Amino acid sequence: MSIELINLAYVAAAALFIFGLKQLGSPATAVRGNTLSALGMFIAIAVTLFNKNILPWEWIIGATLIGGIVGAVVAQKVEMTSMPEMVALFNGSGGVASLMVGWAALYNFDNSTFTNITILLSIVIGGMTFSGSILAWGKLSEVMTSAAVVFGAQRIVNALILIGMIACAVLFCMEPAVNSPYLYAVIGLALLFGVMAVLPIGGADMPVVISLLNSYSGLAACAAGFAINNNILIVAGSMVGAAGIILTNIMCKAMNRSLANVLFSGFGAAKQATKVEGEVKPITADDAFLILEAAQSVSFVPGYGMAVAQAQHVVRELGELLEKNGAEVTYAIHPVAGRMPGHMNVLLAEANVSYDQLVEMEDINPRIDNVDVAVVIGANDVVNPAARNDENSPIYGMPIINVDQARTVFVLKRSMASGFSGADNPLFFGDNTRMLFGDAKQSIAAVVAEFKG
Amino acid sequence: MEAVFLALVLMLSIFLGFELISKVPATLHTPLMSGANAISGITIVGALIAAGDGNDPLSTYLGAAAVMFAAINVVGGYLVTNRMLSMFKKKDTDQPGGQA
Repeated sequence: MSIELINLAYVAAAALFIFGLKQLGSPATAVRGNTLSALGMFIAIAVTLFNKNILPWEWIIGATLIGGIVGAVVAQKVEMTSMPEMVALFNGSGGVASLMVGWAALYNFDNSTFTNITILLSIVIGGMTFSGSILAWGKLSEVMTSAAVVFGAQRIVNALILIGMIACAVLFCMEPAVNSPYLYAVIGLALLFGVMAVLPIGGADMPVVISLLNSYSGLAACAAGFAINNNILIVAGSMVGAAGIILTNIMCKAMNRSLANVLFSGFGAAKQATKVEGEVKPITADDAFLILEAAQSVSFVPGYGMAVAQAQHVVRELGELLEKNGAEVTYAIHPVAGRMPGHMNVLLAEANVSYDQLVEMEDINPRIDNVDVAVVIGANDVVNPAARNDENSPIYGMPIINVDQARTVFVLKRSMASGFSGADNPLFFGDNTRMLFGDAKQSIAAVVAEFKG
Repeated sequence: MEAVFLALVLMLSIFLGFELISKVPATLHTPLMSGANAISGITIVGALIAAGDGNDPLSTYLGAAAVMFAAINVVGGYLVTNRMLSMFKKKDTDQPGGQA
């Protein structure tokens, strides 16, 4: 097959990627969109095999088999609660693949300086995506501490790494060679930089980091596309890059923080929030049942705690009982609830909650005062009214779901501990708030039992 | 000229990507990310070509390793996205307590 034909097929593949992403605009068409995108990928790979100068066949078959089997097993086995860890690892493998493509491209001897620069870019972006993602995975899976690791000279060290990387890159471009010591230095510094970039980022900021690394893995593919003059890599890579940037931006807005603030400064607890005092009103499952039975409109507000307690199935069961009882049931989801964008939605969808019941913060807030009971399950900072009222609170200004304005609020909680931000939550002391202490799954199950009994 | 042409492709696809992806609802953001993982597996095409003529064993090893990692993304990414998206269902109107 001629190069022209192969490039023509790439155009078709790009069109399929674009259609696929377009159909991801609605849950009703999304499955088809994913299939179209996969078809585009199949075409792109298939026509590339007709290129005369490719990897020897035995290597292609072996590598594809190993990678394909690993991917398939992971995709089947992974729990929905562990989706953030899996996406982090996939970001990493995308990054390391681009690093290696850039490196391999150095073996073409007639590279121009421009090509060498793009090769270095794909090595640097791919390398830092790889090491950063592995560290993000470590934090998410709690192999290591998920807290922000901050030390004094961090910024100076990072700046030195960056300067060193650029210097080595320039020295390499002046005398490019596959065994240049500067090449190894660039690879090593890129890996180190990825680690240093993710270290100071704490657990609750993880949604931002995985989105950003997602974006980098696309940009790395893009740079690799420049390195080998290949259109389809540039198109697909920049789509991924755009997706990651958009999600990063949404996450930052939802936390009312700038990207720079997330990336460089742990979670600053510089300000001391106004101490909240008052009386907490506990409630038993029996009483909770009586109130819920009389409710016309109930909204569940899940947070990461729901995933930890594995309470999503029993929550769905309660939701269905309430609907049978004549109440309108919604699930209000804050953009940064969970450990990655849209994580709660997937967990609830897995528990068979209908997707038209999943509502966004902007949709629920205007009508929250018509909600009879808001049930907060394992969420804390995203429903903390201090974000609205208390200028001294570390989360002041962050948009929240205004559950305190619902007629009654149930808060399911193990204890009175504060959320990740460490801020006190005045919600717990509200007049209309009732605390249902204990394991979320058991508490809800007790209410469900009352309904059935 | 080649570089300018590639830059044009880059610019257009970034704009298009922003347009398309800003229309994806929040509910589908996790599948969007795993789908993006799959698409970034496009590096597999680069890996097949870059390792090229096999004039040096190291470039073959690098290419093969890159193919392996990218294949994880392609296969794993599309399968897990499909698995997730299949969970998003709308309940039939008259089916109280419908179990799927």
